[in-house]
Amino acid sequence: MTEGVTEAAGTPGGAPERRGGHFDAIVVGAGHNGLVSAAYLARAGLDVVVLERAPVIGGATLSEEAFPGFRYSVFSYLVSLLRPEVIHELDLVKHGLFLVPTASTLNPLPNGDCLFRESDPWRTYHHIARHSRRDAEALSEYKLEMRRMGHLMFKLQRAAPDELAAAVAGHVDENPGQISSELSAEVADISRYFLDLPKQRRRSFLQMLTMSSADFLDQWFECDALKAALSSSSIIGSFLSPRTPGSAYVLLHHYMGEVDGVYREWGFQKGGTGGVAAAIASAARGYGAEIRTDCPVARVLARGGRARGVALANGDELTADVVVSSAAPQVSLGRLLDADDVPGGAGKGLRDRVARWQSAGCAGKVNLALDGLPRFECMPEPGPHLAGGITIAPSLDYVERAFDDAKYGGFSERPFIDMIIPSVLDPDMAPPGKCVLSCFVQYAPYELAGTTWDEQRDAFGDAVVRTLAEYAPGIEDQVLHRQVLAPPDIESIAGISGGNIFHGELRLSQLFLLRPDPAAAAFRTPLPGYYLCGSSTQFGGGISGGPGRLAALRILDDLLRRGAEAR
Amino acid sequence: MMRRAPQGTQAIQRALSLYRSFSAQQPEHRLTDLAAEHGLHPSTAHRLLGALEAGGLVGRNRDTQGYVWLPEGGVSGGERPARRNGMRLLAPLVTPFHRRTEALCESGAWRDWSGYACALSHDPLPDHEYWAVRNTAALFDVSPLFKVEIVGPDSERLLDRVMTRDFTKCRVGRVIYTSWCNEDGHLLQDGNVQRLEPERFLVSAAEPCLRWFGDCAVGMDALVRDVSADLGVLALQGPRARAIAEAAIRGVDFAGMRYFDLAGGELGDQAGAGRGAPVTVTRTGYTGDLGYEFWVASEDAEALWDSLTVAGAGHGLRPAGLLALDMVRVEAGLVLIDVDYVSAAHAELEALKVTPAEAGLGFTVKLDKEADFVGRRALELERERGPAWAMVGLEVDWFELERLWSGIDLRPQVVGEPASREPTPVFVPGGSQVGQCTTRFFSPLLKKYIALATVQADVAVLGTALEFEVAVGYGRRRARARVAKRPFFLPDRKMADGSAAGAAG
Ligand SMILES: Cc1cc2nc3c(=O)[nH]c(=O)nc-3n(C[C@H](O)[C@H](O)[C@H](O)COP(=O)(O)OP(=O)(O)OC[C@H]3O[C@@H](n4cnc5c(N)ncnc54)[C@H](O)[C@@H]3O)c2cc1C
Repeated sequence: MTEGVTEAAGTPGGAPERRGGHFDAIVVGAGHNGLVSAAYLARAGLDVVVLERAPVIGGATLSEEAFPGFRYSVFSYLVSLLRPEVIHELDLVKHGLFLVPTASTLNPLPNGDCLFRESDPWRTYHHIARHSRRDAEALSEYKLEMRRMGHLMFKLQRAAPDELAAAVAGHVDENPGQISSELSAEVADISRYFLDLPKQRRRSFLQMLTMSSADFLDQWFECDALKAALSSSSIIGSFLSPRTPGSAYVLLHHYMGEVDGVYREWGFQKGGTGGVAAAIASAARGYGAEIRTDCPVARVLARGGRARGVALANGDELTADVVVSSAAPQVSLGRLLDADDVPGGAGKGLRDRVARWQSAGCAGKVNLALDGLPRFECMPEPGPHLAGGITIAPSLDYVERAFDDAKYGGFSERPFIDMIIPSVLDPDMAPPGKCVLSCFVQYAPYELAGTTWDEQRDAFGDAVVRTLAEYAPGIEDQVLHRQVLAPPDIESIAGISGGNIFHGELRLSQLFLLRPDPAAAAFRTPLPGYYLCGSSTQFGGGISGGPGRLAALRILDDLLRRGAEAR
Repeated sequence: MMRRAPQGTQAIQRALSLYRSFSAQQPEHRLTDLAAEHGLHPSTAHRLLGALEAGGLVGRNRDTQGYVWLPEGGVSGGERPARRNGMRLLAPLVTPFHRRTEALCESGAWRDWSGYACALSHDPLPDHEYWAVRNTAALFDVSPLFKVEIVGPDSERLLDRVMTRDFTKCRVGRVIYTSWCNEDGHLLQDGNVQRLEPERFLVSAAEPCLRWFGDCAVGMDALVRDVSADLGVLALQGPRARAIAEAAIRGVDFAGMRYFDLAGGELGDQAGAGRGAPVTVTRTGYTGDLGYEFWVASEDAEALWDSLTVAGAGHGLRPAGLLALDMVRVEAGLVLIDVDYVSAAHAELEALKVTPAEAGLGFTVKLDKEADFVGRRALELERERGPAWAMVGLEVDWFELERLWSGIDLRPQVVGEPASREPTPVFVPGGSQVGQCTTRFFSPLLKKYIALATVQADVAVLGTALEFEVAVGYGRRRARARVAKRPFFLPDRKMADGSAAGAAG
């Protein structure tokens, strides 16, 4: 098998399915990260099987026709964090990756006015100048500074040694033992880079790791509506408000996204984000990986202080030298892992820490099938504003109040809503003349005080439509079908414990080498041979493939070194 | 009311009445038509029009030889008309769709295409128009194409003699893409030929070709006529093109039309009452995608535009401009005259002339056909010794772009640039120049930097490593490229049978 690593072998079409059996590697979960890991491992010549508990692949990247003729991008809806190296190393374009760029961002305001930002910088300048000339000017400088911040994050997050990438690409053919054991070279590079930065930029970076986004944005802008608009990315998926310290980091997390080298671009996968998972799965199968659905894993098997395989819920056992899980920590390091199997008695402490992992979901999704395009009071006619993001976050106070509801266990009566109209970006999503509207909604805490989501789901859906109607009057009469998903639904359908979209809050205490646990950082767990590759690892959540790729590189590196030692 | 003119000014009166025949709606007239209309002998009309021309009130259209109204000449009271670019006497002409495209052209950016004003893009940036071609559908006004009608018993024989393809095999209802050459086998142009009737063809081409065909027709019973200004042409291109066309045009079996088929229909949906304006539909285009082109009389142009845009509303149809067209045609690997090759008709140097094979159009040369077509002898010789040059696709992958830009600590800055037509040298790795790259751009669809290049035939082998210059920041760097298959992008739907492929094809 170590020989195979240098050879990017692949049997197109995938291996025939076996019940049970032995593999080089088992991947738990066919979310996009699990699939990315599987693809890299199979590409290196390993015999790989992916085991998914749900009847379909994708995890949080899922599309479905929930209402005849209308396709929903059920959970995640836009792509930006997806790493170019994943796209190109796995040749995802060939396998169906097709990202339609969004055109603009519209923030409707309560008085029938709006903030509108387009890809054309001068148009944006004049739109913002209506509210504040000062801010219109600041915006372009802010964007440049944030691109630099994003670039810094890009460097940090890419911290896998070049040699590893080369090993996978099949360029290192001699002495695999020479591959450096630690991330030393790359890390040294990054720290040098960081120290060489202008002081101002270093300060911005530290501010972003610690500050609230409201405070951070206060340094730049005077217009409250603009600050609210820009703070959206700082709360997405997080149990934070723009005034909570730490929210600036979430902003930064989104600024490292890019499309083809352009930071802050977002694209819509044609057919919905399920298409991203489908493209990665197709690549993985092309390299010979096998993917099994309806196949929940119950336990990781260990023997002699190493992972040896998995036991399925139906009792079947599969053996492998490597097991890698993309599930959230409560599953990967909790349910699946017997604390007694962890060498050195470290299992118990790990289990206790994982129980305190911050990952209660706070966001829901409302997908609507509409009879026609919504008519926003600020811009009633169809136009480019419908081909971009539309966000209801008219002021910092508005968002803060929405958060207040959730602090005490209620959903926001007037929520923050981040929308796109998938059918405008891709007419395949709805019949001509009709439309689907994707609403990402905050706040919707996983646990409601004194009631349950089964009782409140409809009321939550109503609150969303009612809020939309304040900005797009008449929308309530256009609704043909609606799908309301609260965190427990994200948990039951996508299999994310707690329903947190990132598999765990993106806060400093849960980032970098603390993600998901000091004893399980950098993709390894305390049980040798057992790895993590999901959103709860370094790089964090979002459709990025970053964790999946880096975990696979880590595994391949470990295998090479084990192979070298055995010789 | 006009005052009555004093006696003795007959010539002036006549000239004035001739001048009044010109209007915004009818800016161009032929001498013979004007003479007939005003009951003048053509030589008198010619003399009077000459006076108007000298006074800057009318101009001449060099291609049609018709007289063209110069509106500025009138208002400035006999002064010389305002000059544009210091050279141009004629205001830009507009296509019959201009009122529609102008209303939609938010960018205000127009480019001259054969003297016609055409939108570069309607949005400030061309991205969404580009994506519409691959994602939904786009509508291009391609009316500035030169259109030449060839009619008569010898029309097939004429084309068979001029063109490199075999016109004895062209059935009515088909379109043929072909090249034509001079006696030396050097490429003059490439273009499409429609066979509308057994004895009626329509050639469409990027540059004038009336004189060439006319000269070749000497002694044949075939009438060669320029009909460029009589027709408006729209190209509807993209995965949704069929669904839109079906809703806008009746009497055409779009699903049954094969690639390069031609059919006649009329404007209006299937259920519509009354007779709509006639339209010729061809399953052709310059995008490498599923698409159709619609050919109508100029006066029906706006009705065609309206039918298509109404039908396209629910399908994401967008009007698109020249920048988007230039991007998608590179993905489709299609060459453009005077950008990727120089027509032998106006190559200043002998060395610039190419044969069809050297321009990547070797497939249009049918040496097995019977007719002794223009350039045949030379092309036969070329086949024996092999072409000296080859048109190839070049591809620079993402990691190379990252490598180039990491030198200045930036991510690759390649998106959003329109296709560059600035020729740039192509080298063997680390070595000497072996050709030039004529068009290049980063394809957001394929996520690769792609280019068309003319290189020495010996390096034109798939997979060969070459280098060409790209601008990185303020400097120029050599990018490692590979010779790649053309077309770069070839979706099944482009040529697929419509009954099976469905709208999304
Ligand atoms: C509502 C919502 C909206 C979002 N919007 C966006 C967005 O617009 N853009 C963006 O970039 N990101 C977005 N995200 C975040 C992003 O979708 C996720 O972070 C990412 O998809 C997670 O991928 P993953 O592979 O790490 O994990 P997952 O997709 O969660 O995959 C894990 C897989 O493991 C499976 N699994 C779990 N337990 C077991 C077991 N015991 N046995 C077998 N299989 C198991 C699960 O069924 C699941 O398929 C959104 C998320 C949500 C929920």
